[in-house]
Amino acid sequence: MALAIIDKCVNCHACQMVCPTGSIRKGKNDLHFMINQDTCTECEGSYDNPQCSSICPVECAIVDGDGEPMNPYGSLTGLPIEKAVLV
Amino acid sequence: MSLDLKVLGNTAENHAPQGGCSAGSCGSTDDQLSHLPESVRQRVFNHPCYSEQAHHHFARMHVAVAPACNIQCNYCNRKYDCANESRPGVVSELLTPKQAVKKTMAVAANIPQMTVLGIAGPGDPLANPNRTFTTFRKLSEQAPDIKLCVSTNGLALPDYADELTKHNIDHVTITMNCIDPEIGAKIYPWIYWENKRIRGAEGARILIERQQRGLEMLVERDILVKVNSVMIPGVNDMHLAEVSRIVKQKGAFLHNVMPLIAEAEHGTYFGLMGQRGPTPPELQALQDECSGDMNMMRHCRQCRADAVGLLGEDRGAEFTMDKIEEMEIDYPAAMERRKKLHDAIHAELNANGNQHTNLTSDGGIPEGTRPILMAVASQGGGLVNQHFGHAKEFLIYEASPSGVRFISHRKTDLYCTGGDTCGDGDSILREIIQALEGCEVVLCSKIGYEPWELLEEAGIQPNGEHAMVKIEEAVWSVYSEMHKAGKLAEKKVRLQASA
Repeated sequence: MALAIIDKCVNCHACQMVCPTGSIRKGKNDLHFMINQDTCTECEGSYDNPQCSSICPVECAIVDGDGEPMNPYGSLTGLPIEKAVLV
Repeated sequence: MSLDLKVLGNTAENHAPQGGCSAGSCGSTDDQLSHLPESVRQRVFNHPCYSEQAHHHFARMHVAVAPACNIQCNYCNRKYDCANESRPGVVSELLTPKQAVKKTMAVAANIPQMTVLGIAGPGDPLANPNRTFTTFRKLSEQAPDIKLCVSTNGLALPDYADELTKHNIDHVTITMNCIDPEIGAKIYPWIYWENKRIRGAEGARILIERQQRGLEMLVERDILVKVNSVMIPGVNDMHLAEVSRIVKQKGAFLHNVMPLIAEAEHGTYFGLMGQRGPTPPELQALQDECSGDMNMMRHCRQCRADAVGLLGEDRGAEFTMDKIEEMEIDYPAAMERRKKLHDAIHAELNANGNQHTNLTSDGGIPEGTRPILMAVASQGGGLVNQHFGHAKEFLIYEASPSGVRFISHRKTDLYCTGGDTCGDGDSILREIIQALEGCEVVLCSKIGYEPWELLEEAGIQPNGEHAMVKIEEAVWSVYSEMHKAGKLAEKKVRLQASA
């Protein structure tokens, strides 16, 4: 049970600061932040909602175990989907 | 003929340097600091962002150490990173605190006019407290001659009011776009608060409450607070006069109403949804409306979060990290050079201040005569001294029976690129004319035939007769001539039609 960050990430550091398990890092050769799949708990037992996807400003940058976006297009900006995909 | 003109807004005693101006938009005509208590003026007169005259002499820089944000604004796109863009929130290179300290000291050593270091993003500085305060702490220790300031959305501000008093910080800017949560919901789609993403009016309500609490806490701690507001037509434009009143009441010393920047290509919510920014006359009308309640700031250049240099210029490209890594900096020696230069600038400002006698009205123009706006092309020195085609921005002055005052600057794209033919700039010329909406005269040192004709067609009278004359004198002289010619009795129909 773990979330993952994909290449839509803009490296803003916000998720790293709020992760309760210290599972988010950016390695030297990483193009974006990564979630340690072994230590991520999806914040279960700590918070009602996963913290990284509660602060992430970029739609579709964080996905769940099935690869589904935690914040789908339009959910953060309020833009209609055809415009949200352009951002 | 000697010109006597009344200078507006210079009623306070002039202990801090007054007048004096090495470039264009001279503060002597409308120094927005002159209404401030002397103690406040002493603290801000050499801050380029707060003092209209200081911005000609002193430089500022921003270091981009704070990437994370705790709210979303509809005028911001967190992905944006472009070296050719000049607007807040945009940044090319994120720095660690250690890199930021080195960059700041490198710039301070090479641009000794640099007096102020700001942290303004690209996220919210207080949403990145470790990175922000590590930078501030190190700079307070290693470069004590640099003033520090910070710009925040205010959500985390009450938590850090005490920490802010510990460093060399005496100015904080809070961006407050509203005091009504329903309006806030149209500007802020969400905030991150107490481990939850909170949307809509509820999020805006918390944000507004925290901003106001933070403002009060800073004022209690004797930290100067400026409030920035973004003017968004149809959203908060009718509301900002009230914001101005409230923030002044709570102790902010300056209110800066800035125009929304919202091009579709920026990929912001407002940009993509076709929300327009205000026209220059709309912005000016609101600034005038707010100025009854508040000291307004009119020379803000809306700098990038990694800007370096004098306002309106960006020398960031000279100080990229790879270049800085190679620089050897002897800061103690730099500090001595800096002190000498700062003393010299202060002396010059004081000298100019003394020369700057309070000009009195010649009484030649009856009260009630309509005021007019003039655009001035100037490359510095407070003079009309720039070719129309070389102007990257125009300084807008208002002439009225009570005198001449600086209103704002308006940016344009340079249309004359210096080649043999400037004729292909036709569409750019039309954009310039649009940017000069509301102005009836353009003062410049020279101007070509083609722009002359286009300006005349647009109802803007070009005037190249006052080259190398002081701006205020030139503006007053033209205003007097227009009065004598009976032109001020006519209503300007074109302006009213387009307003």
